[in-house]
Amino acid sequence: MNPKEVLLNPIFNNNPIGLQILGICSALAVTTKMSVALVMCIALTLVTAFSNLFISVIRNQIPSSIRIIVQMTIIASLVIVVDQILGAVAYDISKQLSVFVGLIITNCIVMGRAEAFAMQNPPGISFLDGLGNGLGYSACLMAVAFIRELFGSGSLFGFQVLPVVSEGGWYAPMGLMLLPPSAFFIIGLLIWALRAWKTDQVEEPEFEIGGHTALSKG
Amino acid sequence: MSESEKGNDPAAGGNKPAANNKDSMRNIILVSLMVCFACSVVVSSAAVFLKPERIANKLLDRNKNILETAGLYNKETDASADVDQLFSQFEVRVVDLEEKRMLSVVEAKDRGIEAATYDQRKASKDPSRSKALGDAEDVASITRRARYSTVYILRDEGEISKLVLPIHGYGLWSTLYGYIALEPDMNTVAGITFYEHGETAGLGGEVDNPDWKSLWHGKEIYRDGRVALDVIKGSVPPETSNPEHKIDGLSGATLTSQGVENIIAYWMGEDGFGPILKDIRG
Repeated sequence: MNPKEVLLNPIFNNNPIGLQILGICSALAVTTKMSVALVMCIALTLVTAFSNLFISVIRNQIPSSIRIIVQMTIIASLVIVVDQILGAVAYDISKQLSVFVGLIITNCIVMGRAEAFAMQNPPGISFLDGLGNGLGYSACLMAVAFIRELFGSGSLFGFQVLPVVSEGGWYAPMGLMLLPPSAFFIIGLLIWALRAWKTDQVEEPEFEIGGHTALSKG
Repeated sequence: MSESEKGNDPAAGGNKPAANNKDSMRNIILVSLMVCFACSVVVSSAAVFLKPERIANKLLDRNKNILETAGLYNKETDASADVDQLFSQFEVRVVDLEEKRMLSVVEAKDRGIEAATYDQRKASKDPSRSKALGDAEDVASITRRARYSTVYILRDEGEISKLVLPIHGYGLWSTLYGYIALEPDMNTVAGITFYEHGETAGLGGEVDNPDWKSLWHGKEIYRDGRVALDVIKGSVPPETSNPEHKIDGLSGATLTSQGVENIIAYWMGEDGFGPILKDIRG
C-alpha cells in the first residue's frame, strides 16, 4: 500500500462524505461559520488519526467479541481529551461547537475507519489513513462552510466580504444558508459535481424507473 | 463465551492459534481491563490538568459579558484589553431575592456566599437554595429561582452609575442567559447581552446581534411602577405612543422575542429584582 495514496485518496477519490456518505450530521451542524468548521475539522482529524493509531497498535490483542466496545472506549476517551483541550485553549469556539465535539464519538467516519482499516493494518499506515479521511472530511466541510458563510452572512472567517444590508451594504443575506437544510442541498450538489468529474464514483442504479406503463385493470 | 463459540467470528481472521488465544475468556477480561484503565488515566489526567484553565476561561468569559453589557468592553475591538483590570472597577454584591434586599458584604459572607465565585445556575437546581415557581409566577419559564443572585455595581464618586443584573429565561428552543445594565435611575436600559442560547441561528439567534442590542439603549422598563417594556412585532412606528417602552421584535422569531419580553417582565418584576431596584431608587 502506497502511503501517499492512503493519505490523499480520501480527499477526492474516496471522500468519506462524498463517496461513503458518512458523517453527514455534523456536516450540517457546524458549517455556518468557517472558523467553527475549521476547529471541528482539526478535532475530527486528530481523533480519527489517533484512534486509528491506538486501535491498530493493539489490534492483535483485541478479542473479536468485544472489539466494537474497545474501539468505542478508545474513541470516546480521545474525544473527551480533545473537548477538554478545546475548553482550555479555544474557549469561545468550544462554546460555539458545544455538543458537536462530544458527538465526534458517534461520527461514523471515526468508527468506520477503525473497523475497516485499523483492525487489519499496521499502526503507521493506519495513522495516515485516519489523517487522510480526516482531511477528506475537512475538505468537504470547508467547502460547505465557505458557501454557507459567504451567502448566509456575507463573510469568510468572520471578515465581511459582501457588505450586508443591515450594516448599510447592498447584500441581502440568504437566511436559508444559515439553516441546516441548506447544507444538505450543498452537499448534494458537491457530490453531483464530484461524480460528474470522477465518473467512476457513479453508482449503478439499483433499479430503473420504467416508462409509462398501463396498469392492467381488474 | 462457551468453547463452541470460539473463533466463529469471521472478523477474527488471521492464523487459527492466535485467534483462539485472543478470544479466550481470560484475554477478554484482561484486554477490557487494560483498555479501561489506560483510557481512564488519560481522561482523568486531561480533566485534572486542564481544570484550572477551563475555570479561568469560564470566569473570564462571564466577566467579559458583564463588561460588555455595561458598555465598557467590546469583543471585536478590545480583544487585547485587560479584562481583569476592567472588571475590578465593579463592586460585586449579593442580593437576597426572598428578603428582597441587597446583602452587605459581611452578611453575604456569614451566609457562606462568595460573591466572586457564586454559581447561580447551580443554586437554581438545588432545592435548599432555590424555590419552585408556580405557573402563574413563572413568567420566564425557569421552573426554579435561586434565592441569591449576584449583581455588579459600577460607581462614580460613590454614586451608582451603572447596575448590571443577570437574567435568564426560556425562548423558543432553549434557555437564554444574559445580563442587563441599568442607568442610575434604575429604569433606563444601558445595555443588554445574551451570552448563551440555543435559538435558531439567523432568526432567534439574532438576540446577540449588536444592532438589535443597541436598540435597547435608552428604553425605559417601568411605567407607573409596573414593568411596561414590550418587544413588539415588526419595528416600532415613529408616531406610536410610549416608544420608550417598545422594542423592535426580531423578524422571523416571534417566540424568541416574546421570551425576551417575558425575561424582562419576570426579572424586573416583583419576584425578581423589582423591589431591590425600588430601594436603590429610594
